[in-house]
Amino acid sequence: MELWKRFDLVMFTGTYNTAILKSYISFVSRTMKHVVKILSLLVAVSAFWIALLQAAIIPRSHTWLLPIYFVVSLGCYGLLMVGIGLMQFPTCPREAVLLQHDITEAKDFLSANGVDVRSD
Amino acid sequence: MADEKENIGEKKYKYSIIIPTFNERLNIAIIVYLIFKHLRDVDFEIIVVDDGSPDGTQDIVKQLQQLYGEDRILLRARAKKLGLGTAYIHGLKYATGDFVVIMDADLSHHPKYLPSFIKKQLETNASIVTGTRYVKDGGVHGWNLMRKLTSRGANVLAQTLLWPGVSDLTGSFRLYKKCVLEDVISSCVSKGYVFQMEMIVRASRKGYQIEEVPITFVDRVFGTSKLGGSEIVEYLKGLVYLLLTT
Repeated sequence: MELWKRFDLVMFTGTYNTAILKSYISFVSRTMKHVVKILSLLVAVSAFWIALLQAAIIPRSHTWLLPIYFVVSLGCYGLLMVGIGLMQFPTCPREAVLLQHDITEAKDFLSANGVDVRSD
Repeated sequence: MADEKENIGEKKYKYSIIIPTFNERLNIAIIVYLIFKHLRDVDFEIIVVDDGSPDGTQDIVKQLQQLYGEDRILLRARAKKLGLGTAYIHGLKYATGDFVVIMDADLSHHPKYLPSFIKKQLETNASIVTGTRYVKDGGVHGWNLMRKLTSRGANVLAQTLLWPGVSDLTGSFRLYKKCVLEDVISSCVSKGYVFQMEMIVRASRKGYQIEEVPITFVDRVFGTSKLGGSEIVEYLKGLVYLLLTT
């Protein structure tokens, strides 16, 4: 049989290897630096991409462009998150007013009890 | 009184509140008043770590000690401005509580949230309770659009790179178990707000349970201090440092 025709086998091997890698990572995650975790993920994704290239299920020209698609979508996702967060940014104008009340209350109490409340 | 305590079955904890100050003559008095107002039935002490303020902050603290008692307000000053991280370490030496709260002295952190920190910790037995400004019940006042944009962009970048497990990385209004703070602070080396980020990320990596509480943040000094290019560079350098060493 020709391996490149057995898509299911390729998927199984790729998934199996990724699963092994992930359990290894979670096993030593306490002692591993975070950057190593990220690099391991990149290695796993790259391995999958190379496997795709060799299996030639998707036309090669498309496969070569996949990393670029990935980076661009990551960038777009980031921008989207920034935009959404900016629109939903919680503000609290009431709090400034409440704070002024608290300051006045504190100043009154303190000056009546012998604490100097002049600010320079 | 003793019967009441036995019936409730609760252990009484003591909280040490460390406040580093520099030229906060008026604000420290207001903060102390507000802490006493909002923590009426709580056993606590306030540790003021003043870095030799020229405006007479230490005199005000001494007046507050006359009013509230020297066992409730501790003045542990230093000769000159030596930085935030070392101020916490200095204050920790004198802390006799089971828990340590750190907060800013400029009234951006309001003591009215202290009960919610304490309640959250008692409910979840968390090692760290951190205040977050970026959730629905939280919020920020006093920032313009540009400042909000940089804050949000910085947050998204840090979340993507570091997976920290908290929504507000640079916040400095936190409650720690005393032993946890001692452990985390000994392994941090950064300065400024990167120090705050380093503390929470290292705590997260060490597996400590971290809970969040919404807080509101009123920035009254924003107009005077700009977020310039050098601050952004410092932040990015801090992110890369944290990425590689935590």
